[in-house]
Amino acid sequence: MTQTDRITIFFAWAVGIGCIIFLMLPIVITVATSFTSSSVYTLPPPEWSLRWYRSLERRSGLWEAVQLSLNLAFISTAISMVLGTMAAIAVARGEFRGKQAIATFTVSPLMMPGLVVGVAMLQFFREIGLRDAYWSLLLAHVVITLPFVMRTLLASMGAFDFSLIDAARTLGMSYPRAILKVLIPNLAPAYLTGGLFAFLASMDNYPISIFLTDARNKTLPIKMLQYLEEQPDPSLAAMSSGLILMAIIVLVVASRTVGLNRMIET
Amino acid sequence: MIARSNRIALLAVPGLAFLAIIYALPLVMLLFKSIQGAEGLTLVTYIDFFRDEFNQTVLWRTLRVALLTTLLALVIAYPTAFAMARAKGIWLTVFMVALVLPMSLGVIVKAFAWSILFRSNGFLNTTLQAIGMTDGPVRMLFTETALIVGAANVFLPFMVLPIYSVLRQLNSSLPEAASSLGATPWFRFTRVTLPLSLPGVVAGSAFTFSLAISMYVIPSLIVGERQQTLSMLIARSFLYLRNEPLGSTISAVLLAIAIFVVLFSSWLAGRLGARQ
Repeated sequence: MTQTDRITIFFAWAVGIGCIIFLMLPIVITVATSFTSSSVYTLPPPEWSLRWYRSLERRSGLWEAVQLSLNLAFISTAISMVLGTMAAIAVARGEFRGKQAIATFTVSPLMMPGLVVGVAMLQFFREIGLRDAYWSLLLAHVVITLPFVMRTLLASMGAFDFSLIDAARTLGMSYPRAILKVLIPNLAPAYLTGGLFAFLASMDNYPISIFLTDARNKTLPIKMLQYLEEQPDPSLAAMSSGLILMAIIVLVVASRTVGLNRMIET
Repeated sequence: MIARSNRIALLAVPGLAFLAIIYALPLVMLLFKSIQGAEGLTLVTYIDFFRDEFNQTVLWRTLRVALLTTLLALVIAYPTAFAMARAKGIWLTVFMVALVLPMSLGVIVKAFAWSILFRSNGFLNTTLQAIGMTDGPVRMLFTETALIVGAANVFLPFMVLPIYSVLRQLNSSLPEAASSLGATPWFRFTRVTLPLSLPGVVAGSAFTFSLAISMYVIPSLIVGERQQTLSMLIARSFLYLRNEPLGSTISAVLLAIAIFVVLFSSWLAGRLGARQ
């Protein structure tokens, strides 16, 4: 190893460690401010207190927003899993042209501007006479979650040995049963990772949802931004810390079952 | 056999039909509406849009911010991915947690955290003053620099991960072979490591750029109304001004940029793949 190599590696590590600090900074700051006793964001807090956590109870509409967001995230992810499994099997096993185009198309909502998709859906739903906010949101959230599921499933099914399915078929299983009993358990890590990121994307979506909500159906991100405009006190840091805690729990469970390696491979 | 694989192809129909109706059709209709005038097709809304000086400023700001965000993210991400590809054990875990945890958090949480950090009595200013870098508080919130730093922070994992995955798969014996043939470290990096990692760089940059041109939550929390971006202009024209033709035109402009980025990056990725 030459001198230059050593300098390069040292430099890469220095930037890498700086990057870790940079990435963790917003998380640490949010948690630290949530325990302040003052009503402004001074750091370090003058005194530690739980008052902003207690104040969350008094936030009107917060619990309803959490429920709606969880509901949309669960149901849309489940629908995307079903649609995504079928489409990914077709791409992996079917013999037809344009497979790459299908893969690009199904993953493309990830790279489209959210607000534009939201506006387009709003105008479209109005045109076809769909006025119910919940159903509009649910349809939109399937579009949000499907690309995450497709991305992991396409990658993992490309590497799956489909002769296992044929073997199960010769043993007398029907095709749908073979998929359910052989393919899905084998690809469980992909389902968990894809499902997890799909779920989180749905929970976090603001730009598409903002056009489809009404006064009664407000998702958590919309409610949070509304609180920020109306009354920006550290209770928002407390709310964020709750979401951080949730993310940590989910990640601990996911890394125990799937492994962090697999989660970042997609 | 052919009959069966054709039947299997039908499995793609429900998902594709769903996306075609709920996602692609509305976008096509939006594009169509933006060129539809009172009598036939017209580009008049576009001409008006691009003539307006305010709109030009906003368009350039959006592109500039997206480009600088992508560059900043790339400059931080490449060495990080390089170090991460060599990391083992606990360090690898630390890197992975530092990338996956922020990725699992909402944009609002992170943008909100940055809006606290950038306050004039915030953490960054107090730290800068404490170590004597500045005398008084520096105005950070509502500046373009703050927006770029915040956005790069939010999108960084999407840049690091694709580069990391190519660098890790890169056979470490290749640079060694080049070195044993007498290649200088600089030659080795520019002729071996860098070209082989370009697909990851392209994938990460395209994704980061397309997220950055259309971001809405981050600028509205960090720069607010003072420095509009295309996304904020869209939201404003629909939600506050109720000016739908204007909103549709800006949406179509933003959509065209996004589609261009997707097509260009997949063309570039295809070329890079073919060359290797």
